[in-house]
Amino acid sequence: MSPVLTIEQLSVRLPAGADRTYAVENVSVDVAPGEVVCLVGESGSGKSVTAQAVMGLLPRGQLQPTDGLIKLKGEDLLRAPARRLRALRGTAMAMVYQEPMTALNPVLPCGYQIDEVLRTHTGLGTDDRAERVRDMLDQVGLAEPERMAESYPHELSGGQRQRIMIAMALVLEPALLIADEPTTALDVTTQVQILALLRELQAAHGTGVLFITHDFGVVAEIADRVVVMRAGRVVEAGTVRDILDRPQHAYTQALIRAVPSLIPRPARAGSGRTVLEVASLAKSYRQGGWLDRRRVVDAVKDASFEIAAGEVLGLVGESGSGKSTTARCIARLEDPSAGRIRLRGAEIGSLSRRALRPHRRHVQIVFQDPYRSLNPRRRVAASLIEGPMNFGVSRAVALERARELLAFVGVDPVSIERYPHQFSGGQRQRICIARALIMEPALLIADEPVSALDVSVQAQVLELLDQVRTRLDLAVLFITHDLRVAAQICDRVLVMRRGEVVESGPTAAVFAAPEDSYTRTLVAAAPGRNWDFAHA
Amino acid sequence: MLGFLARRVAATVPVLLFVAVFVFLLLRLTPGDPAAIVAGDNASTEQIEEIRAQLGLDEPLLEQFGLWSAKVLRGDFGESFFFKQPVASLIGQRIEPTLSLALVTLFITVVVAVPLGTLAAYYHRSWLDRLVMGFSVAGFSVPVFVLGYLLIYVFAVELRWFPVQGFASIREGLWPFLERMVLPASALSVIYVALIARITRASVLEVLGEDHVRTARGKGLPERTVVINHALRNAAVPIVTVIGVGLALLIGGVVVTESVFNIPGLGRLTVDAVLARDYPTIQAVILLFSFAYVLINLMIDLTYLVLDPRIRY
Repeated sequence: MSPVLTIEQLSVRLPAGADRTYAVENVSVDVAPGEVVCLVGESGSGKSVTAQAVMGLLPRGQLQPTDGLIKLKGEDLLRAPARRLRALRGTAMAMVYQEPMTALNPVLPCGYQIDEVLRTHTGLGTDDRAERVRDMLDQVGLAEPERMAESYPHELSGGQRQRIMIAMALVLEPALLIADEPTTALDVTTQVQILALLRELQAAHGTGVLFITHDFGVVAEIADRVVVMRAGRVVEAGTVRDILDRPQHAYTQALIRAVPSLIPRPARAGSGRTVLEVASLAKSYRQGGWLDRRRVVDAVKDASFEIAAGEVLGLVGESGSGKSTTARCIARLEDPSAGRIRLRGAEIGSLSRRALRPHRRHVQIVFQDPYRSLNPRRRVAASLIEGPMNFGVSRAVALERARELLAFVGVDPVSIERYPHQFSGGQRQRICIARALIMEPALLIADEPVSALDVSVQAQVLELLDQVRTRLDLAVLFITHDLRVAAQICDRVLVMRRGEVVESGPTAAVFAAPEDSYTRTLVAAAPGRNWDFAHA
Repeated sequence: MLGFLARRVAATVPVLLFVAVFVFLLLRLTPGDPAAIVAGDNASTEQIEEIRAQLGLDEPLLEQFGLWSAKVLRGDFGESFFFKQPVASLIGQRIEPTLSLALVTLFITVVVAVPLGTLAAYYHRSWLDRLVMGFSVAGFSVPVFVLGYLLIYVFAVELRWFPVQGFASIREGLWPFLERMVLPASALSVIYVALIARITRASVLEVLGEDHVRTARGKGLPERTVVINHALRNAAVPIVTVIGVGLALLIGGVVVTESVFNIPGLGRLTVDAVLARDYPTIQAVILLFSFAYVLINLMIDLTYLVLDPRIRY
């Protein structure tokens, strides 16, 4: 069968002054009808640029295809006039994006946004269009299509929003669907459903899919063929079996090896000294103003656990499970509604702001997004020494410690006078870790610290966190939604769902024989669970 | 929603009370004696005292305030010292020109500024963008009276397209009304066009970079639909906010513009009343302006509900 999409020797030039000349260089990819081709690579590999070049949506004046060919069902897209490209978008090729919250227009109803495709590209009347929208919403598995059509994006869950996006993309049955990290922003259990839905619709309509992802777990789930990209070039291409089982190129091998294994590490014995004891912790929020008390939301209900020095406790759960709220209560960034929090033997759950101050330094947090958790207008040095100086350490001593710690976390101390934007994501997260450690805490809270990082960087940061724990005998509360990450770093895990702890125990035991039905669902949802990447 | 409305309406009470006390005291603390002004240049001290007693200005301050506010609560704003007629009817005569000027200015502003700002954002960094931004800086820098006289000189004196000054009610016909309104409203709108074009540009530019605009293009929508239905619609909240603030600031501009174009509106009334130390009139006009200000703000907050479904009160 002739391919739906042919990309031949495509090169896209970056603007002058970028770190390399081409965003993508000599890239060739084919997608046959009914086939899923995964474009895999880390950030900056050029996979999204390739997709945008196909859609004709490269930012005007910044990225320019300079060479090569893109053919959609034989039609040359690079030489097609803007009018023709517009007519093809939505009809012959369509796209699903990573973040359905931002990819949908927040001020228009979902049904209207799907209807727009029909209104632009077909001559159908109002009733026919409404019928098609309803039918499509039904096909993507949304119950109550009428209500969904009238809803605004913010009224839906992440999974529902992504289904709306898929409905919008497939409503005119395009021959090519480009999915750019469509499940990255979703919970694992939702991810499984969306992947299954894409598979099902794609098979039913014979759609060719170009699926962009950084996650080899997802690749294992959905791909027929795989194209690995790095720094704008294709490194390796082949069938999913070939690439996953017999990767030829060193980079592919390294990428696959970096995927954390689902087989948990054995639990280590901590030093036994209990650092944190949490008993019956609860946090509820009241919604609505003072005239209408609408409802009370229990973000955390009756959570009890303890962490010893030298131990990593994992808090595992999906979005809205209350894991971050639990952490924020422990750090007293929020006031718990009930329960006790004992830090190094002292009750801190009910202390006043003033009385809390001396305890503050004993709990430090590393946040998820290193791009946003460092003040962009302050030099690294200033961010690092602020904490200790606030507790009375002299500037000279604090700077000295900051340099030592930077070296310890693997960042060149010479760069202490630089600004955050001059560092890569992984380096920034190392700086954030140093910023936490400079306070000499007893408890380190790591809130999804590697979720925003590429897999290869992820592995390095996890290793660093492990070193920190061993050398400093820290108690670590590690929050993650990723079971693979939890398996690699946590000694014990606590599984949370809707504010409740549903299961807890040593990581190995929980993963091997989950007792709670929700934990079982979570484990079953881990993408590529039948593939042990680390030992491939 | 109803709770929100109730709270907002209730919140106007302390605002107006504060304004009332403030204006009342401020007027009586400024130098200048209304009785002396009413009495005229050749009046004797006894005559002035007599007039002061007539106007009730010889009572203690607290008593004057109590009397005045009790009347205001009953809807009686008293009698003007200077114009010798009830303040309410005085305002009634003067409100139409001012309201007309404000509305026509608002209309010109929105019709010119929003498309200009949107085009500047769409053709970001082009000559059009630079032109609009250049105009915006110039518009901020030219005082409204300079612009007013300039427009009069060019379009009324030299070209003779419009009358030099004056006001005609819309009841006298659309053309006589517009003919006299074009120059003052244009002069007054320049600074608001500058302000709102700038805000529109910034706001649309930001939205154009958002993911859902890429989605809209990815659906194959024509650029016009992308810009108007998707970008501008999302950019509307900050634009409307600034239009509202601008409308409130318009009150200051109206005073100057009405003087330049000799329009018998509230602005002129305010100036005359201040010069004559006509306490009841000044107090009433300022209370009216602050009430309008509070009302405009409430209307803006209600517009948000229509513009952005995520906002719920």
